[in-house]
Amino acid sequence: MIEFHGVSKRFGDKVVLDGFSLAIPEGETTVLMGYSGTGKSVALKHIVGLLEPDSGHVDVDGRVVSELQYEELMELRRTIGYVFQFAALFDSLSVRENLSLGLRRQGLPAPVVAERVAESLALVELPDVTDRYPAELSGGMRKRVGIARAIALRPRYILYDEPTTGLDPVTTMAMDDLMIRARRELGATSVVVTHDLGSAFAVADRIAFLYEGKIRQVGTVQEIRRSTDPLVREFIDARPASGGPA
Amino acid sequence: MSKAREFLTLSGRWVIEGRRALADGSIWRPQLLPQMLKLGVQSVPVALFVAVFTGIVLALLSSYMFTRAIPLYFVGTLVTKAVMLELGPVLTGMALAGRVGANVAAELGTMRVTEQVDALETLAISPHAYLVTPRVLAATLMFPVVTAMAMAVGVLSGWFTAVNLLDLTSVEFIRGARQFYNFKDIWFGLVKSASFGAAIAIMGCFSGLGARGGAEGVGVATTRAVVLGCQAILVLDAFWALVLL
Repeated sequence: MIEFHGVSKRFGDKVVLDGFSLAIPEGETTVLMGYSGTGKSVALKHIVGLLEPDSGHVDVDGRVVSELQYEELMELRRTIGYVFQFAALFDSLSVRENLSLGLRRQGLPAPVVAERVAESLALVELPDVTDRYPAELSGGMRKRVGIARAIALRPRYILYDEPTTGLDPVTTMAMDDLMIRARRELGATSVVVTHDLGSAFAVADRIAFLYEGKIRQVGTVQEIRRSTDPLVREFIDARPASGGPA
Repeated sequence: MSKAREFLTLSGRWVIEGRRALADGSIWRPQLLPQMLKLGVQSVPVALFVAVFTGIVLALLSSYMFTRAIPLYFVGTLVTKAVMLELGPVLTGMALAGRVGANVAAELGTMRVTEQVDALETLAISPHAYLVTPRVLAATLMFPVVTAMAMAVGVLSGWFTAVNLLDLTSVEFIRGARQFYNFKDIWFGLVKSASFGAAIAIMGCFSGLGARGGAEGVGVATTRAVVLGCQAILVLDAFWALVLL
């Protein structure tokens, strides 16, 4: 289970997270939704220890991430798959090598690595790109390879940072389907950061709405759809409400 | 936090990460040979280009200085001494600070701003083990090799210039070269060049991994790497002269 306890984070004068608290239930997909710049991606990076909170703490499986020793942090990271907004594939490595890197790090033997690479690419419906380089792939393909790299590790948690940003509607639907299948087939707890409403409603078990570094509302898809909070309504209806952000 | 304190904290973290990364040989060892080729072997043409012209200029300048005052065979002395002790290592270092330092900083800076470095970390792979250690080791090992070649070519081009453009024979040039020859001249230059290689690679990695923003941030990091690399060479050059001579 992932829990945020009063996490605050600032960059210079800008407060990004301001006492952010949230519990992410095991086995579910939780979507972090909200306006741009409200700290969604920053929250995600705290889970894997890429960022440390100024105050508060993030617990994963009952362990405080920022207090873990180096080896403990590495061990934690081996249980988490991270899908980056722009895929963050390694330019100089082929798709096969991109997927193999983390698997080899886990000490898996070569035949298992090859099998996992093939399985993961099949799951994202890209079985024929193993020897291509990231520069030879379209944006959508790169994102799918990014997902394949994360699920190849057979993680307990998968974190998606804006997985559908910049994609056309058809590819977005394919990505949503992929996230649903990845959760179903791996049973992983997923956290999805997005401001794409359609995508959020399609994949979420629960949605947490962030505003100014804090949780504004948490609920099921239906609860969020029926929300009477003016800021949440403004976001869902895509129309300005009085008192909302400029 | 003051800049100095921030720098010290970061440096301390780099030392700890570096020690940990060195122990993680399974990560950096496969990267070492490709980096030795990239940072060392591919730098040979630039180094030799600089060395050829350094030898020519040294021969011509020394003959100009020695006219009627000092025997001309001292051209051989000055060319070999200057190339081995100072100009070979330092000019090669400067040239490679541009080529290697900029290359490393731009590559790692791009990886940083496109979140590839973060991706490595989420795969439980230390960027210090995967990116920094093989580059620093490769540069440290290969710079003396490249510098040795540059020294040889610098002396040869000085000899060629002296024989063809000055009123000097090969025998006289060699006599001058052997006059004050000391084996220390060679290893002194090579020790210096190894330290230059390490410094340039560290500055390149440090600047690259510290890049922020987008293309502009990578540009700033690249410039910083070259400037810091050149400054490090000059400081180390003075340090070795003080310690070893």
